[in-house]
Order: sequence, then C-alpha cells, then structure tokens
Amino acid sequence: MLKKGCMGRLNKKVVEHKSYQVKDPIVRYNDITKKFGDTVVLNNLNLEVGRGEKLSIIGASGSGKTTIIRMLMTLEKPTSGTIWVDGDYLWHKEVGGKLVPADEKHMRNVRGKIGMVFQQFNLFPHMTILRNVTEAPIRVQGLSREEAEERAVTMLEKVGLAEKVDQYPSQLSGGQQQRVAIARALVMQPKVMLFDEVTSALDPELVGEVLEVIKDLAREGDMTMILITHEMDFARDISDRIVFLDEGRILEQGSPDKILENPDSPRIRQFLSRFIGNSSVSGLATTK
Amino acid sequence: MDWNNMCQTFNDKDNVWSWQYTCEIFPDLLDAMWVTISATFVAYFVALILGLFLTLGRRSPIRPVKWFFQGFLEFVRGTPPLVQLFFIYFGFPEIPYIGFEMSAFTAGVLGLGIHYSTYVSEIYRSGIEAVPKSQWEASKALNFSKGQTWLRIVLPQAIPPVIPMLGNYLITMFKETPLLAAITLMEMLNMAKFIGAKYFDYLEPFTIVGFLFLLLSYPSAILVSKLEKRMNRRFRQKNA
Ligand SMILES: Nc1ncnc2c1ncn2[C@@H]1O[C@H](COP(=O)(O)OP(=O)(O)O)[C@@H](O)[C@H]1O
Ligand SMILES: [Mg+2]
Repeated sequence: MLKKGCMGRLNKKVVEHKSYQVKDPIVRYNDITKKFGDTVVLNNLNLEVGRGEKLSIIGASGSGKTTIIRMLMTLEKPTSGTIWVDGDYLWHKEVGGKLVPADEKHMRNVRGKIGMVFQQFNLFPHMTILRNVTEAPIRVQGLSREEAEERAVTMLEKVGLAEKVDQYPSQLSGGQQQRVAIARALVMQPKVMLFDEVTSALDPELVGEVLEVIKDLAREGDMTMILITHEMDFARDISDRIVFLDEGRILEQGSPDKILENPDSPRIRQFLSRFIGNSSVSGLATTK
Repeated sequence: MDWNNMCQTFNDKDNVWSWQYTCEIFPDLLDAMWVTISATFVAYFVALILGLFLTLGRRSPIRPVKWFFQGFLEFVRGTPPLVQLFFIYFGFPEIPYIGFEMSAFTAGVLGLGIHYSTYVSEIYRSGIEAVPKSQWEASKALNFSKGQTWLRIVLPQAIPPVIPMLGNYLITMFKETPLLAAITLMEMLNMAKFIGAKYFDYLEPFTIVGFLFLLLSYPSAILVSKLEKRMNRRFRQKNA
C-alpha cells in the first residue's frame, strides 16, 4: 500500500521488471492504476495473459493481488487504464475509434467470458447444490432445465460431488462447498477462470481435495486460469508463469523455477523463506 | 327471527350488562368484523407491494429517483395516518384533473397501505442489508442481470428472516383499522358506535368490539412468535 505523496520517489527505486512477451493474449491490463481514496493499490500495472495460460500471482498480503482479478471480474473499477479481454475492452466501448465508458449490456457480454471462484465460496445458501449450478445457465444463458441439469451433473461429477445434488450448501464441508463453487463457475464455460486464494478459508485437511480439482482442470489445457495462491508447491506444479506482486507493482515474473528457485529480487527470497518446509501455510500469510 | 327469539331467553334487558342486548347486536358486529378483516388484509397487501417498490426506489442509482422515493417516505412517515386518510377520502377528489372519488373502503385501504408501506420498506431494507455483499458479487460473477439478482438471489434470502417482523405489522395494522371509522367505513368500531347511538347503550357494543380485537390479535401474536422461533432456527442452520 502506497500513499499518493511518496509514489514518485518509490517509482525510481523499484527496478523495472522486464516486460513479458505473450504470444496470443486473451487478457491485457494496460496502464492500470487503482486507488481506494488516496491509497494507491495498483500503480500503472501492465500485464498480459496468454490464451490457455496458467498464471499464478503471488505476493504479500495487501500487495493488490485480489484487486487485480476483481477488476477483471468487474467487481472493482479501475481508476485509470484499460482492460482488454478477448477482442473487447472490458470497462470501455469503442465508438468511432474512441474509447467511451461501457454500458451494462457491453459489460455483460464481456463478463460472460470470465468466471471466478472466491475465497469464501459464496454459494447461494437458499438453493440446493443442483440449483446453485443450474441457475445461471438457465437464467443467463437461456438453457433449458434439462440441458442445464445435464451440464451441471457433468461438472459435479468432475469435482466428485454428483451425489450431493439435493443437499444445501450448509450441509457440505468447506472443501465440498468450494468444489461446488468451482463447478458453478465452470458450467458457464468461461474462457478465463479466476481463483482467489480458494483454499485459504479451508481447514488444512480439506485443502488437498480442492487443489486436486484445480490441477485436473489445469491439465485439461484450454482454459485460461489466473490464480492467487499461497500454496507454493501447487503454484509450481500448475503454473506456466508466476508473477510476484509487491506494493501494487510487478516486481518480477517468470517461470515457476525462476521465481520460486532463483529470483533476482531479495524481496522475493525473503517472502519465500517463510514457506520453506511448509507447503500449506495458508494460516501464516492470510490476506484480505 | 330465530336468533332474536333465542336472544330473548336471556330476558335481562334492564341489567347494566344485558346478555340479551349483547346477543341481539352480535350478528351486526360480526358482519363489521369481516369488513375490518378484509380492510386489514387488503391494506396489508398494498403495504407489502408498495413497500417493495419504495425499498427498490430508494436504492436506485439514479439520484432524482432516489430523492423522490426518499422524500415520499419522509413525508408519509412524518404526517399522521388520520390526516392522510382525510386527505385521500375528502381532499383528493377535489383536485382538478387527477382527483376522483373513492369508496371509503378503497380510500381506507390505500391510506393505511401507503402509510404502513414506509414501515414495511424499513423491514425489507434491514432484510436486504443482511444479505452479504459477497452474494451480490457471486451473482455478478455468474453474469446475472440486476433484476435476476434481486429476484433469484437477494430477495429469497432477505425476506424469510423478516417474515415474523412483517407479521407483527399485520397485527398492528389490524389494530389501526378503527381509524377508518373516521372516513365513514362501517368497520367494527363504527358499527359499535352506530348501534350504541341507536339503542342509547354503548357498554355492550364497545366491550364486544374490544373483545373481538383481542380474540383475533392475541392468537396471531402467538403465531408470529412461533414463526419467529422457527425462522431463527432455520436461518441459524443454513448459515452454520
Ligand atoms: N474496497 C476497498 N476499500 C479500501 N481499500 C481496499 C479495498 N479493497 C482493498 N483495499 C486495499 O487495497 C490493498 C490491496 O488489497 P488486495 O487487493 O485485497 O490485496 P491482496 O489480495 O494482495 O491481499 C490493501 O491495502 C487493501 O486494504
Ligand atoms: Mg487477497
């Protein structure tokens, strides 16, 4: 978190990261700055994510990781800059070669390409598991109930919960709820999936089952995934690239081996030292 | 008439409290009770629907809409219901172009409904604010429209916990219906007054009316508190 006043000085101190070339980008953050009041949370962020890429964002609590993906989900509005998703600007519309603020219709169109899984699951408590998963395909995508249920059951099978269709979220363990949340997002067939510390709210013994589901997804290949995680082994396992975020800027990015084994920045080494010999440290470095 | 013949068997017309008189006037008061009950339910229905519009209007992102609803709410809550009833029944018909006459029943349920819609709106609001922000965010992430989010996600979670509170307002409104006597509606109180004036004996009719009010509102209150306990239990379980 940086205060507006000291921004200029800090800019010069931070070593500029090498810009990273992505072959076929599906998401682009262009000069994104995000402020909450006077607090600068993201400072002139530039980031591209490739089609099908598995990108992990790591960094200390409060460094702005969540804000990055919340802006992509349109839950937070950038203060300045543009976000581009698969051919369209997210918060803007091109009218006669100029960018103007997007209307809700445009935003809904673009938003449909993105899905998100939250730290706290956020299932709908008043709906059964099946309805949690079928409601959006029916109402938003206009699928018939039969089609939606067929798709939902396929997804629930994928996360290993097909037998829970008639239960309510409160009857499930945290790990099961989170797997339902993953199915609920997947059933919309998004091109980009966002995962915000999806195991941080779970008891340690339930973390594994959720990570396994995500690993399977990552292995399937085509979906673009952006993950925020404190599970370093998991990040190493599934990521094509890891971005280290520090006080609202990308300090360093590269392959998992580079960032996790041999980072240039002493700050990253210091950050990682907290995780050595303890791969599930969600309790140690919880973020907001 | 059978009923009156039956009443005569009491034969105690000269007593301070006459069972014969009580018996004779009872059918008329019972009729008036149905007027009271239907006025209560229709007014309550108006309050429930209008209250929802008030609640949504107050949350409108369009400033003037928001101000209009907020202003309407303050105005209605800041003036006595009796004044509102008089205005609707006696005043409103005199307004050129838009004014028209209404029956006492229509004016009464509108007035009472409008007045209580402001309280109902407060209850809706508390229910809506109790739905976590994360539910809105999950809805947005699934690309539900604003309307779908309200209808499918937010209201189904906001309303059940406040049903007991809404039930309490049904009872309150029931007990406020005597106000409608002031605009000539023949509900229970007005009927009792009418009977009392006719026979120069007010004790029995007013006592019966009070008794009928108690008879209806007390069990309802118990029902509501039972409902409250059940809702609490259900809600706690869901959020466990
Ligand atoms: N709605 C908000 N209002 C004010 N400050 C916020 C808000 N959301 C996040 N922040 C602040 O922005 C910073 C970055 O938050 P966040 O993106 O959640 O970081 P991370 O996910 O890396 O922990 C933090 O300092 C946090 O306090
Ligand atoms: Mg976070």
